Amino acid sequence: MADEIRVEVARYRPDKDREPGWQEYDVPLRTDWTVLDALNHVKNEVDSTLAFRWSCRMGICGSCGMNVQGEPRLSCATFLTDYAPGPVRVEPLANFPVVRDLVVDIDDFLEKLPRVKPWIIRDEEKSVDDGEYLQSPEELEAYQQFSMCINCMLCYAACPVYGLDPDFVGPAAIALAERYDLDSRDQGARQRLDVLIEAEGVYGCTFVGECTRVCPKHVDPAGAIQRYKLKAAQESVKAFLLPRAFR
Amino acid sequence: MKFRIEPFVWLAFSGGGVLAALFMPVLAFLFALAFPLGWIDPPSHDHLDAIVSNPLTFLVLFGLFVVMLVHAAHRFRYTLYDGLQIKHRVLVGTLCYGAVLVGAFACLQFLGGATQ
Amino acid sequence: MSRATGDDLSYRRPVPLWWWLHKRTYFVFVMRELSSIFIAWLVLYLLLFVRAVGRGEAAYQDFLDDAASPWLVTLNVIAFAFIVLHTITWFSLTPQAMVVRVRGHRVPGIAIIAGQYAALAAVTAFVAWLVLS
Repeated sequence: MADEIRVEVARYRPDKDREPGWQEYDVPLRTDWTVLDALNHVKNEVDSTLAFRWSCRMGICGSCGMNVQGEPRLSCATFLTDYAPGPVRVEPLANFPVVRDLVVDIDDFLEKLPRVKPWIIRDEEKSVDDGEYLQSPEELEAYQQFSMCINCMLCYAACPVYGLDPDFVGPAAIALAERYDLDSRDQGARQRLDVLIEAEGVYGCTFVGECTRVCPKHVDPAGAIQRYKLKAAQESVKAFLLPRAFR
Repeated sequence: MKFRIEPFVWLAFSGGGVLAALFMPVLAFLFALAFPLGWIDPPSHDHLDAIVSNPLTFLVLFGLFVVMLVHAAHRFRYTLYDGLQIKHRVLVGTLCYGAVLVGAFACLQFLGGATQ
Repeated sequence: MSRATGDDLSYRRPVPLWWWLHKRTYFVFVMRELSSIFIAWLVLYLLLFVRAVGRGEAAYQDFLDDAASPWLVTLNVIAFAFIVLHTITWFSLTPQAMVVRVRGHRVPGIAIIAGQYAALAAVTAFVAWLVLS
Protein backbone atom coordinates (compact mmCIF):
# COMPACT_ATOMS: atom_id res chain seq x y z
CA MET A 1 0.00 0.00 0.00
CA ALA A 2 1.21 3.48 -0.85
CA ASP A 3 2.17 5.51 2.21
CA GLU A 4 0.53 8.71 1.00
CA ILE A 5 -2.80 9.72 -0.50
CA ARG A 6 -3.67 12.93 -2.31
CA VAL A 7 -6.59 14.88 -0.88
CA GLU A 8 -8.21 17.51 -3.08
CA VAL A 9 -9.88 20.06 -0.86
CA ALA A 10 -12.33 22.74 -2.00
CA ARG A 11 -11.11 26.11 -0.80
CA TYR A 12 -13.09 29.31 -0.65
CA ARG A 13 -11.72 32.41 1.02
CA PRO A 14 -14.43 35.05 0.72
CA ASP A 15 -11.96 37.88 1.23
CA LYS A 16 -9.84 36.75 -1.75
CA ASP A 17 -11.76 34.34 -4.01
CA ARG A 18 -14.69 35.04 -6.27
CA GLU A 19 -15.56 31.35 -6.32
CA PRO A 20 -14.27 28.11 -4.78
CA GLY A 21 -11.13 26.44 -6.11
CA TRP A 22 -9.18 23.29 -5.40
CA GLN A 23 -6.07 22.76 -3.33
CA GLU A 24 -4.18 19.48 -3.17
CA TYR A 25 -2.45 18.03 -0.15
CA ASP A 26 -0.55 14.76 0.19
CA VAL A 27 -1.23 13.19 3.55
CA PRO A 28 -0.04 9.95 5.17
CA LEU A 29 -2.30 7.04 4.29
CA ARG A 30 -2.83 5.19 7.53
CA THR A 31 -5.42 2.47 8.02
CA ASP A 32 -6.85 4.14 11.12
CA TRP A 33 -7.08 7.61 9.57
CA THR A 34 -10.34 9.16 8.52
CA VAL A 35 -10.86 12.08 6.16
CA LEU A 36 -11.19 14.26 9.25
CA ASP A 37 -7.79 13.04 10.50
CA ALA A 38 -6.32 13.99 7.13
CA LEU A 39 -7.82 17.49 7.38
CA ASN A 40 -6.54 17.89 10.93
CA HIS A 41 -3.10 16.76 9.75
CA VAL A 42 -3.20 19.44 7.05
CA LYS A 43 -4.40 22.07 9.50
CA ASN A 44 -1.75 21.23 12.12
CA GLU A 45 1.25 20.45 9.93
CA VAL A 46 0.79 21.96 6.46
CA ASP A 47 -1.69 24.80 6.11
CA SER A 48 -3.26 26.38 9.16
CA THR A 49 -5.61 28.54 7.06
CA LEU A 50 -7.87 25.60 6.15
CA ALA A 51 -11.31 26.00 7.77
CA PHE A 52 -13.68 23.13 8.64
CA ARG A 53 -16.06 22.14 11.43
CA TRP A 54 -15.62 19.17 13.71
CA SER A 55 -16.04 18.25 17.31
CA CYS A 56 -16.51 14.75 18.67
CA ARG A 57 -14.70 12.52 16.11
CA MET A 58 -17.10 9.70 16.92
CA GLY A 59 -20.20 10.23 14.82
CA ILE A 60 -22.32 11.80 17.54
CA CYS A 61 -22.06 15.58 17.24
CA GLY A 62 -23.00 15.79 13.58
CA SER A 63 -20.77 18.76 12.80
CA CYS A 64 -18.17 17.27 10.43
CA GLY A 65 -20.47 16.51 7.48
CA MET A 66 -18.79 17.04 4.09
CA ASN A 67 -19.16 15.86 0.53
CA VAL A 68 -16.46 13.23 0.11
CA GLN A 69 -16.05 12.11 -3.50
CA GLY A 70 -19.42 13.73 -4.22
CA GLU A 71 -21.22 11.84 -1.46
CA PRO A 72 -22.42 13.45 1.79
CA ARG A 73 -20.53 11.76 4.63
CA LEU A 74 -19.47 12.31 8.21
CA SER A 75 -15.76 12.94 7.64
CA CYS A 76 -14.94 11.38 11.02
CA ALA A 77 -16.50 8.09 9.94
CA THR A 78 -15.04 7.96 6.43
CA PHE A 79 -11.74 6.16 6.14
CA LEU A 80 -9.03 7.26 3.74
CA THR A 81 -8.18 3.68 2.80
CA ASP A 82 -11.62 3.29 1.19
CA TYR A 83 -10.46 5.81 -1.44
CA ALA A 84 -6.92 4.51 -1.98
CA PRO A 85 -4.95 5.05 -4.13
CA GLY A 86 -6.76 8.39 -4.38
CA PRO A 87 -7.06 11.20 -4.99
CA VAL A 88 -10.05 11.83 -2.73
CA ARG A 89 -12.13 14.97 -3.20
CA VAL A 90 -13.47 16.81 -0.17
CA GLU A 91 -16.07 19.55 -0.63
CA PRO A 92 -18.41 21.42 1.68
CA LEU A 93 -21.87 19.84 2.10
CA ALA A 94 -23.88 20.32 -1.08
CA ASN A 95 -26.99 22.54 -1.22
CA PHE A 96 -25.79 24.93 1.50
CA PRO A 97 -24.09 28.30 0.94
CA VAL A 98 -20.33 28.10 1.56
CA VAL A 99 -19.06 30.45 4.24
CA ARG A 100 -15.40 29.53 3.96
CA ASP A 101 -13.53 26.45 2.67
CA LEU A 102 -15.48 23.47 4.07
CA VAL A 103 -17.73 25.49 6.38
CA VAL A 104 -21.33 25.93 5.26
CA ASP A 105 -24.06 28.29 6.40
CA ILE A 106 -26.58 26.25 8.40
CA ASP A 107 -28.93 29.08 9.34
CA ASP A 108 -31.65 27.84 7.00
CA PHE A 109 -31.69 24.42 8.66
CA LEU A 110 -31.73 25.96 12.13
CA GLU A 111 -34.69 28.11 11.12
CA LYS A 112 -36.60 25.10 9.74
CA LEU A 113 -36.16 22.69 12.64
CA PRO A 114 -38.35 24.53 15.19
CA ARG A 115 -41.07 25.08 12.57
CA VAL A 116 -42.23 21.47 13.00
CA LYS A 117 -42.44 21.93 16.80
CA PRO A 118 -40.04 19.14 17.72
CA TRP A 119 -40.94 18.88 21.38
CA ILE A 120 -43.63 17.12 23.36
CA ILE A 121 -46.91 19.02 23.15
CA ARG A 122 -49.65 18.33 25.70
CA ASP A 123 -53.22 19.54 25.71
CA GLU A 124 -52.91 19.68 29.45
CA GLU A 125 -49.61 19.40 31.26
CA LYS A 126 -49.59 16.92 34.14
CA SER A 127 -48.38 18.36 37.41
CA VAL A 128 -45.23 16.95 38.97
CA ASP A 129 -47.34 15.43 41.74
CA ASP A 130 -49.22 13.34 39.20
CA GLY A 131 -46.00 11.53 38.40
CA GLU A 132 -44.07 10.81 35.25
CA TYR A 133 -45.35 9.91 31.79
CA LEU A 134 -44.79 6.19 31.63
CA GLN A 135 -43.94 4.50 28.37
CA SER A 136 -43.84 0.82 27.47
CA PRO A 137 -40.98 -0.69 25.43
CA GLU A 138 -43.38 -0.96 22.46
CA GLU A 139 -44.26 2.71 22.72
CA LEU A 140 -40.58 3.59 22.83
CA GLU A 141 -39.85 1.38 19.84
CA ALA A 142 -42.55 3.15 17.83
CA TYR A 143 -40.50 6.36 17.50
CA GLN A 144 -36.98 5.34 18.52
CA GLN A 145 -35.59 5.07 15.00
CA PHE A 146 -36.58 8.68 14.24
CA SER A 147 -35.04 9.92 17.48
CA MET A 148 -31.53 8.87 16.41
CA CYS A 149 -31.03 11.96 14.23
CA ILE A 150 -27.88 13.97 15.05
CA ASN A 151 -28.74 16.97 12.83
CA CYS A 152 -25.69 16.41 10.63
CA MET A 153 -27.60 17.67 7.57
CA LEU A 154 -26.21 14.98 5.25
CA CYS A 155 -29.81 14.34 4.16
CA TYR A 156 -30.21 17.97 3.09
CA ALA A 157 -26.99 17.75 1.10
CA ALA A 158 -28.25 14.58 -0.60
CA CYS A 159 -31.75 15.91 -1.37
CA PRO A 160 -32.10 17.32 -4.90
CA VAL A 161 -35.51 18.77 -4.01
CA TYR A 162 -33.94 20.89 -1.25
CA GLY A 163 -31.14 21.91 -3.61
CA LEU A 164 -33.63 23.11 -6.22
CA ASP A 165 -36.24 24.54 -3.87
CA PRO A 166 -34.72 25.82 -0.62
CA ASP A 167 -38.24 26.45 0.76
CA PHE A 168 -38.71 22.68 1.17
CA VAL A 169 -38.79 21.89 4.90
CA GLY A 170 -36.50 18.94 4.26
CA PRO A 171 -35.83 15.39 5.45
CA ALA A 172 -34.44 15.74 8.98
CA ALA A 173 -37.10 18.21 10.11
CA ILE A 174 -39.94 16.01 8.83
CA ALA A 175 -38.39 12.89 10.37
CA LEU A 176 -38.23 14.76 13.66
CA ALA A 177 -41.89 15.75 13.34
CA GLU A 178 -42.69 12.07 12.85
CA ARG A 179 -40.58 11.21 15.90
CA TYR A 180 -42.81 13.40 18.12
CA ASP A 181 -46.03 12.39 16.40
CA LEU A 182 -45.28 8.76 17.18
CA ASP A 183 -44.43 9.48 20.81
CA SER A 184 -47.21 8.19 23.08
CA ARG A 185 -46.77 11.21 25.38
CA ASP A 186 -47.33 13.72 22.60
CA GLN A 187 -50.62 15.31 21.52
CA GLY A 188 -49.32 17.81 18.97
CA ALA A 189 -49.81 15.84 15.75
CA ARG A 190 -52.50 18.18 14.47
CA GLN A 191 -50.32 21.26 14.96
CA ARG A 192 -47.44 19.68 13.04
CA LEU A 193 -49.77 18.52 10.31
CA ASP A 194 -50.86 22.12 9.74
CA VAL A 195 -47.22 23.03 9.09
CA LEU A 196 -46.32 20.04 6.94
CA ILE A 197 -49.46 19.90 4.80
CA GLU A 198 -48.33 23.09 3.01
CA ALA A 199 -46.77 22.86 -0.44
CA GLU A 200 -43.23 23.26 0.93
CA GLY A 201 -43.96 20.53 3.51
CA VAL A 202 -44.20 16.81 2.84
CA TYR A 203 -45.77 17.12 -0.61
CA GLY A 204 -42.68 18.85 -1.98
CA CYS A 205 -40.84 15.54 -1.64
CA THR A 206 -40.61 13.31 -4.71
CA PHE A 207 -39.22 10.27 -2.84
CA VAL A 208 -35.76 10.27 -4.35
CA GLY A 209 -34.75 8.29 -1.28
CA GLU A 210 -31.20 9.66 -1.12
CA CYS A 211 -31.72 11.10 2.38
CA THR A 212 -32.26 7.60 3.74
CA ARG A 213 -29.31 6.20 1.83
CA VAL A 214 -26.80 8.72 3.20
CA CYS A 215 -28.13 8.88 6.78
CA PRO A 216 -25.32 7.75 9.10
CA LYS A 217 -27.83 6.91 11.85
CA HIS A 218 -30.32 4.89 9.74
CA VAL A 219 -33.16 7.27 10.56
CA ASP A 220 -34.96 6.72 7.20
CA PRO A 221 -36.27 10.26 6.64
CA ALA A 222 -37.68 9.25 3.23
CA GLY A 223 -39.88 6.66 4.93
CA ALA A 224 -41.00 9.22 7.52
CA ILE A 225 -41.97 11.69 4.79
CA GLN A 226 -44.00 9.16 2.77
CA ARG A 227 -45.81 7.99 5.92
CA TYR A 228 -46.52 11.63 6.71
CA LYS A 229 -48.03 12.09 3.24
CA LEU A 230 -50.31 9.12 3.85
CA LYS A 231 -51.25 10.38 7.30
CA ALA A 232 -52.00 13.88 5.97
CA ALA A 233 -54.08 12.38 3.16
CA GLN A 234 -56.07 10.18 5.56
CA GLU A 235 -56.77 13.13 7.85
CA SER A 236 -57.77 15.31 4.90
CA VAL A 237 -60.21 12.71 3.58
CA LYS A 238 -61.66 12.27 7.05
CA ALA A 239 -62.07 16.02 7.50
CA PHE A 240 -63.70 16.23 4.08
CA LEU A 241 -66.11 13.33 4.41
CA LEU A 242 -67.02 12.98 8.06
CA PRO A 243 -69.11 15.42 10.05
CA ARG A 244 -67.23 17.11 12.85
CA ALA A 245 -68.54 14.78 15.56
CA PHE A 246 -66.98 11.63 14.09
CA ARG A 247 -63.43 12.87 13.60
CA MET B 1 -57.96 21.38 9.95
CA LYS B 2 -56.63 23.24 6.94
CA PHE B 3 -58.00 22.25 3.58
CA ARG B 4 -55.34 21.68 0.96
CA ILE B 5 -55.71 20.05 -2.44
CA GLU B 6 -52.26 18.36 -2.37
CA PRO B 7 -53.27 15.39 -0.16
CA PHE B 8 -56.13 14.49 -2.51
CA VAL B 9 -54.00 14.75 -5.63
CA TRP B 10 -51.33 12.69 -3.92
CA LEU B 11 -53.88 9.98 -3.06
CA ALA B 12 -54.93 9.81 -6.70
CA PHE B 13 -51.27 9.73 -7.74
CA SER B 14 -50.57 6.84 -5.36
CA GLY B 15 -53.68 4.94 -6.35
CA GLY B 16 -52.74 5.35 -10.00
CA GLY B 17 -49.22 4.18 -9.25
CA VAL B 18 -50.47 1.01 -7.60
CA LEU B 19 -52.94 0.28 -10.40
CA ALA B 20 -50.34 0.97 -13.10
CA ALA B 21 -47.86 -1.33 -11.35
CA LEU B 22 -50.46 -4.11 -11.16
CA PHE B 23 -52.31 -3.80 -14.47
CA MET B 24 -49.95 -2.17 -16.94
CA PRO B 25 -47.41 -5.00 -17.28
CA VAL B 26 -49.96 -7.53 -18.51
CA LEU B 27 -51.99 -5.02 -20.56
CA ALA B 28 -48.89 -3.61 -22.25
CA PHE B 29 -47.40 -7.04 -22.86
CA LEU B 30 -50.54 -8.52 -24.41
CA PHE B 31 -51.96 -5.62 -26.40
CA ALA B 32 -48.84 -3.66 -27.33
CA LEU B 33 -46.42 -6.52 -27.99
CA ALA B 34 -47.72 -10.08 -27.98
CA PHE B 35 -50.85 -9.64 -30.14
CA PRO B 36 -49.47 -7.24 -32.80
CA LEU B 37 -46.27 -9.29 -33.15
CA GLY B 38 -48.13 -12.61 -33.17
CA TRP B 39 -46.28 -14.07 -30.17
CA ILE B 40 -49.74 -15.05 -28.99
CA ASP B 41 -52.64 -15.44 -31.43
CA PRO B 42 -54.79 -12.32 -31.06
CA PRO B 43 -58.25 -13.06 -29.68
CA SER B 44 -61.09 -13.00 -32.20
CA HIS B 45 -62.82 -9.69 -32.78
CA ASP B 46 -66.12 -11.05 -31.49
CA HIS B 47 -64.55 -12.06 -28.19
CA LEU B 48 -62.90 -8.66 -27.57
CA ASP B 49 -66.01 -6.84 -28.75
CA ALA B 50 -68.08 -8.78 -26.23
CA ILE B 51 -65.68 -7.72 -23.48
CA VAL B 52 -65.49 -4.02 -24.33
CA SER B 53 -69.21 -3.64 -24.91
CA ASN B 54 -69.93 -4.79 -21.38
CA PRO B 55 -70.82 -1.73 -19.25
CA LEU B 56 -68.76 -3.15 -16.39
CA THR B 57 -65.66 -3.10 -18.62
CA PHE B 58 -66.42 0.52 -19.43
CA LEU B 59 -66.57 1.44 -15.74
CA VAL B 60 -63.42 -0.47 -14.84
CA LEU B 61 -61.36 0.80 -17.77
CA PHE B 62 -62.59 4.38 -17.34
CA GLY B 63 -61.62 4.42 -13.67
CA LEU B 64 -58.31 2.67 -14.33
CA PHE B 65 -57.28 4.94 -17.20
CA VAL B 66 -58.23 8.24 -15.57
CA VAL B 67 -56.43 7.44 -12.31
CA MET B 68 -53.35 6.31 -14.25
CA LEU B 69 -53.41 9.57 -16.19
CA VAL B 70 -53.53 11.55 -12.95
CA HIS B 71 -50.58 9.49 -11.74
CA ALA B 72 -48.59 10.18 -14.90
CA ALA B 73 -49.40 13.90 -14.99
CA HIS B 74 -48.55 14.40 -11.33
CA ARG B 75 -45.21 12.64 -11.66
CA PHE B 76 -44.30 14.33 -14.92
CA ARG B 77 -45.04 17.72 -13.39
CA TYR B 78 -42.31 17.16 -10.79
CA THR B 79 -39.96 15.80 -13.45
CA LEU B 80 -40.32 19.11 -15.27
CA TYR B 81 -39.77 21.13 -12.07
CA ASP B 82 -36.75 19.21 -10.83
CA GLY B 83 -35.31 17.33 -13.80
CA LEU B 84 -35.39 20.27 -16.19
CA GLN B 85 -35.65 23.03 -13.58
CA ILE B 86 -38.67 24.63 -15.24
CA LYS B 87 -39.81 27.20 -12.73
CA HIS B 88 -43.19 28.20 -14.21
CA ARG B 89 -45.13 26.21 -11.63
CA VAL B 90 -48.61 27.43 -12.51
CA LEU B 91 -48.10 26.95 -16.24
CA VAL B 92 -46.63 23.44 -15.86
CA GLY B 93 -49.39 22.44 -13.44
CA THR B 94 -52.11 23.74 -15.73
CA LEU B 95 -50.67 21.91 -18.74
CA CYS B 96 -50.20 18.59 -16.91
CA TYR B 97 -53.53 18.46 -15.10
CA GLY B 98 -55.26 20.00 -18.11
CA ALA B 99 -53.97 17.09 -20.17
CA VAL B 100 -55.67 14.76 -17.67
CA LEU B 101 -59.01 16.47 -18.31
CA VAL B 102 -58.54 16.09 -22.07
CA GLY B 103 -57.53 12.47 -21.50
CA ALA B 104 -60.58 11.79 -19.34
CA PHE B 105 -62.80 13.22 -22.04
CA ALA B 106 -61.08 11.00 -24.63
CA CYS B 107 -61.68 8.01 -22.33
CA LEU B 108 -65.39 8.83 -22.19
CA GLN B 109 -65.57 9.17 -25.97
CA PHE B 110 -63.51 6.14 -26.99
CA LEU B 111 -64.61 3.74 -24.27
CA GLY B 112 -68.21 4.90 -24.51
CA GLY B 113 -68.11 4.52 -28.29
CA ALA B 114 -67.13 0.88 -27.95
CA THR B 115 -69.87 0.15 -25.40
CA GLN B 116 -72.79 -0.21 -27.73
CA MET C 1 -21.68 33.63 -10.81
CA SER C 2 -24.35 33.49 -8.16
CA ARG C 3 -22.19 35.18 -5.58
CA ALA C 4 -24.22 37.09 -3.03
CA THR C 5 -23.63 40.80 -2.77
CA GLY C 6 -23.34 43.11 0.21
CA ASP C 7 -22.21 41.82 3.58
CA ASP C 8 -23.07 38.21 2.80
CA LEU C 9 -19.95 36.82 1.18
CA SER C 10 -21.08 33.20 1.33
CA TYR C 11 -20.97 31.36 -1.98
CA ARG C 12 -24.13 29.76 -3.34
CA ARG C 13 -23.39 26.89 -5.70
CA PRO C 14 -25.83 26.69 -8.59
CA VAL C 15 -27.42 23.29 -9.27
CA PRO C 16 -26.36 22.20 -12.79
CA LEU C 17 -29.23 21.56 -15.21
CA TRP C 18 -28.15 17.95 -15.71
CA TRP C 19 -27.53 17.26 -12.02
CA TRP C 20 -29.17 13.84 -12.34
CA LEU C 21 -26.52 12.60 -14.77
CA HIS C 22 -23.80 13.04 -12.16
CA LYS C 23 -24.81 10.22 -9.84
CA ARG C 24 -26.22 6.79 -10.63
CA THR C 25 -28.91 6.92 -7.94
CA TYR C 26 -30.14 10.31 -9.21
CA PHE C 27 -30.22 8.94 -12.76
CA VAL C 28 -32.28 5.91 -11.74
CA PHE C 29 -34.63 8.26 -9.89
CA VAL C 30 -35.23 10.42 -12.97
CA MET C 31 -35.71 7.33 -15.15
CA ARG C 32 -38.25 6.06 -12.61
CA GLU C 33 -40.07 9.38 -12.82
CA LEU C 34 -39.97 9.34 -16.62
CA SER C 35 -41.98 6.11 -16.60
CA SER C 36 -44.94 8.49 -16.23
CA ILE C 37 -44.69 9.49 -19.90
CA PHE C 38 -44.89 5.87 -20.98
CA ILE C 39 -47.83 5.13 -18.70
CA ALA C 40 -49.65 8.04 -20.32
CA TRP C 41 -48.68 6.77 -23.77
CA LEU C 42 -49.90 3.23 -23.06
CA VAL C 43 -53.22 4.54 -21.73
CA LEU C 44 -53.64 6.40 -25.02
CA TYR C 45 -52.60 3.31 -26.99
CA LEU C 46 -55.07 1.09 -25.13
CA LEU C 47 -57.81 3.67 -25.71
CA LEU C 48 -57.14 3.58 -29.43
CA PHE C 49 -57.14 -0.22 -29.27
CA VAL C 50 -60.57 -0.26 -27.63
CA ARG C 51 -61.85 2.25 -30.15
CA ALA C 52 -60.64 0.07 -33.03
CA VAL C 53 -62.39 -2.95 -31.52
CA GLY C 54 -65.60 -0.92 -31.23
CA ARG C 55 -65.39 0.06 -34.89
CA GLY C 56 -65.61 -3.51 -36.13
CA GLU C 57 -63.61 -6.44 -37.45
CA ALA C 58 -61.78 -4.58 -40.25
CA ALA C 59 -60.69 -1.67 -38.01
CA TYR C 60 -59.42 -4.17 -35.44
CA GLN C 61 -57.30 -6.00 -38.03
CA ASP C 62 -55.96 -2.70 -39.37
CA PHE C 63 -55.01 -1.61 -35.88
CA LEU C 64 -53.12 -4.86 -35.22
CA ASP C 65 -51.26 -4.43 -38.53
CA ASP C 66 -50.37 -0.81 -37.73
CA ALA C 67 -49.20 -1.82 -34.25
CA ALA C 68 -46.72 -4.25 -35.82
CA SER C 69 -44.96 -1.43 -37.67
CA PRO C 70 -41.30 -1.10 -36.63
CA TRP C 71 -41.55 2.34 -35.06
CA LEU C 72 -44.60 1.49 -32.97
CA VAL C 73 -43.00 -1.77 -31.85
CA THR C 74 -39.83 0.09 -30.86
CA LEU C 75 -41.84 2.63 -28.90
CA ASN C 76 -43.86 -0.08 -27.20
CA VAL C 77 -40.78 -2.11 -26.28
CA ILE C 78 -39.28 0.97 -24.63
CA ALA C 79 -42.62 1.71 -22.95
CA PHE C 80 -42.83 -1.85 -21.64
CA ALA C 81 -39.30 -1.61 -20.20
CA PHE C 82 -40.29 1.58 -18.35
CA ILE C 83 -43.46 -0.11 -17.05
CA VAL C 84 -41.33 -2.91 -15.62
CA LEU C 85 -39.08 -0.28 -14.00
CA HIS C 86 -42.15 1.42 -12.57
CA THR C 87 -43.57 -1.81 -11.16
CA ILE C 88 -40.30 -2.94 -9.59
CA THR C 89 -39.47 0.43 -8.04
CA TRP C 90 -43.04 1.03 -6.88
CA PHE C 91 -43.22 -2.34 -5.13
CA SER C 92 -39.82 -2.02 -3.52
CA LEU C 93 -40.55 1.47 -2.13
CA THR C 94 -43.95 0.59 -0.66
CA PRO C 95 -42.68 -0.87 2.66
CA GLN C 96 -40.90 2.43 3.35
CA ALA C 97 -44.05 4.45 2.75
CA MET C 98 -46.46 2.20 4.58
CA VAL C 99 -46.40 0.51 7.94
CA VAL C 100 -48.67 -2.52 7.98
CA ARG C 101 -49.57 -4.03 11.31
CA VAL C 102 -51.18 -7.39 11.88
CA ARG C 103 -52.31 -8.05 15.45
CA GLY C 104 -49.98 -5.38 16.78
CA HIS C 105 -46.90 -6.70 15.01
CA ARG C 106 -45.25 -4.83 12.19
CA VAL C 107 -45.25 -6.81 8.96
CA PRO C 108 -41.67 -7.02 7.63
CA GLY C 109 -40.94 -5.16 4.38
CA ILE C 110 -40.09 -8.30 2.48
CA ALA C 111 -43.58 -9.70 3.18
CA ILE C 112 -45.21 -6.52 1.86
CA ILE C 113 -43.13 -6.75 -1.33
CA ALA C 114 -43.99 -10.45 -1.72
CA GLY C 115 -47.69 -9.64 -1.23
CA GLN C 116 -47.56 -7.09 -4.03
CA TYR C 117 -45.95 -9.55 -6.43
CA ALA C 118 -48.65 -12.06 -5.51
CA ALA C 119 -51.26 -9.43 -6.36
CA LEU C 120 -49.46 -8.75 -9.64
CA ALA C 121 -49.58 -12.46 -10.47
CA ALA C 122 -53.30 -12.63 -9.64
CA VAL C 123 -54.14 -9.57 -11.76
CA THR C 124 -52.03 -10.86 -14.65
CA ALA C 125 -53.68 -14.26 -14.52
CA PHE C 126 -57.15 -12.72 -14.39
CA VAL C 127 -56.60 -10.37 -17.33
CA ALA C 128 -54.96 -13.11 -19.40
CA TRP C 129 -57.85 -15.47 -18.63
CA LEU C 130 -60.44 -12.82 -19.52
CA VAL C 131 -58.79 -11.90 -22.81
CA LEU C 132 -57.55 -15.30 -23.95
CA SER C 133 -60.28 -17.71 -22.82
